[in-house]
Amino acid sequence: MNYIKDILLGIWHLMQGMYISLLNLLRKKVTEQYPENRGKVFPYERMRGSLAMPHNEQNRHRCTACGICEMNCPNGTIEVISKKEPDEVTGKEKRVLDRYLYDVGSCTFCSLCTVSCPQDAIEWSNDFEHAVFTRGKLLYQLNREGSSLAKKEKTEKAETV
Amino acid sequence: MFHFKQLTEWLDAFLRQYLNEGWTLFVEFLLVGAVILTVYAVLALLLIWTERKICAFFQCRLGPTRVGPFGLLQSVADVIKILLKEIIRLNHVDQRLFRIAGFLVIIASLCTFGAIPFDKGLHAIDFNIGVFYLLAVSSLGVVGILLAGWSSNSKYTMIGAMRSGAQLISYELSCGLSLMTIVILSGTMQLSQIVEMQSTGWFIFKGGIPAIIAFVVYLIAGHAETNRGPFDLPEAESELTAGYHTEYSGIQFGFFYLAEYLNMFIIAAIAATMFLGGWMPLHVTGWDGLNQVMDYIPPVVWFFGKTFFCIFIALWVRWSFPRLRIDQLLKLEWKILMPISFVNIILMAVWVLLFN
Repeated sequence: MNYIKDILLGIWHLMQGMYISLLNLLRKKVTEQYPENRGKVFPYERMRGSLAMPHNEQNRHRCTACGICEMNCPNGTIEVISKKEPDEVTGKEKRVLDRYLYDVGSCTFCSLCTVSCPQDAIEWSNDFEHAVFTRGKLLYQLNREGSSLAKKEKTEKAETV
Repeated sequence: MFHFKQLTEWLDAFLRQYLNEGWTLFVEFLLVGAVILTVYAVLALLLIWTERKICAFFQCRLGPTRVGPFGLLQSVADVIKILLKEIIRLNHVDQRLFRIAGFLVIIASLCTFGAIPFDKGLHAIDFNIGVFYLLAVSSLGVVGILLAGWSSNSKYTMIGAMRSGAQLISYELSCGLSLMTIVILSGTMQLSQIVEMQSTGWFIFKGGIPAIIAFVVYLIAGHAETNRGPFDLPEAESELTAGYHTEYSGIQFGFFYLAEYLNMFIIAAIAATMFLGGWMPLHVTGWDGLNQVMDYIPPVVWFFGKTFFCIFIALWVRWSFPRLRIDQLLKLEWKILMPISFVNIILMAVWVLLFN
């Protein structure tokens, strides 16, 4: 009798499994069809798509061209080119950012640069479409044209902290 | 009601007008061969597409969508790719057997394919021992598989072929026994007559409980014979890379692939023919209105509808159950399916004596 009972029980369990997979068959498909859904926004805050330097409305960034990110980068991905400019208030020569070069082709997205930045000047963005035909195009300049250092950013930050 | 028999008979008469007996037969043989090969290839493409689609749906994916509408041309592109691939020449294989094996597998499934009645008069071979022929020819494929495993001179292929041989030969038994149950019910082995007899009701309804048991046993055993789903031990990727066709490349591998898919179709088609009435529309005695409505659907549609229903069940099973261990596999056959089939034959004999 155990023999027949086992068979019936086995059939019952198999039917349960088939019912579950049938539910899966009828479920909504989760595939994202990529080029068609480019407009869709995925709010993944932690995604490391590409390095970015946020600018405010006056076209100002927070980078002081200290070069810590460049030193911390294990691959030589970042190159901070600075220049000397006279300060508006004191008139002394001061180092400011000229060009912030980021070569995404050699970046391993380890995030050591963003972690080590004392000014929080750089962060990760969600842009992941890096495919180009020549490697030279992978070299991005992160600071925009004519941008300069944000003035009160540091004091505001000190107040909040 | 349109039957392909009208077309074939018209063609026969047309040819006889212009040619003598021998040439007519020759041209007809050529035509039949060409048609079968074409249908075989097209069906394989369609099956590969269907399988990828349904498998994807079972996993909440979309499957191929890029090549052609709904990815329909995906398998065509795959075929072009596989034709362009290099056939790697291996040094330490038995060259002759290595080459023959793929052809043996595909010839076996092609021979079986010819015997399937797609419609009235639309089958290449129809003779009085049709069921017997089906079983005999379809089991020739195992020779090809064993040869492929042996001649490749590799451990993976050898183990895969041995497993496959053990599995195919074991499950052949319950396959044959469950088909025998239907032969008892119908009293004939000729496939065209078997289909004809189901005009008053499909055998799965006519045969009652024994027919349903035989249907389930046949589906399980047939599924195991195609080396797929939970019974894919011969190709167990995790331990045997690809089983008996590990060493094959290019179109030689394509032959095994093609034969595997077509075997799935053939098993489903035999199940549809023997249990679900083949191309016969759904008829219920007494309900003449329903019968007439059902007759308007072409028989070919009925046949392929039923076949794809059986294929769908096979895929459903494939994506539901985990793979069996080899001892579980053999236990299932020798200790469960075969005793059930034997008892079922006696049941069917009693059923036939009581109700027919």
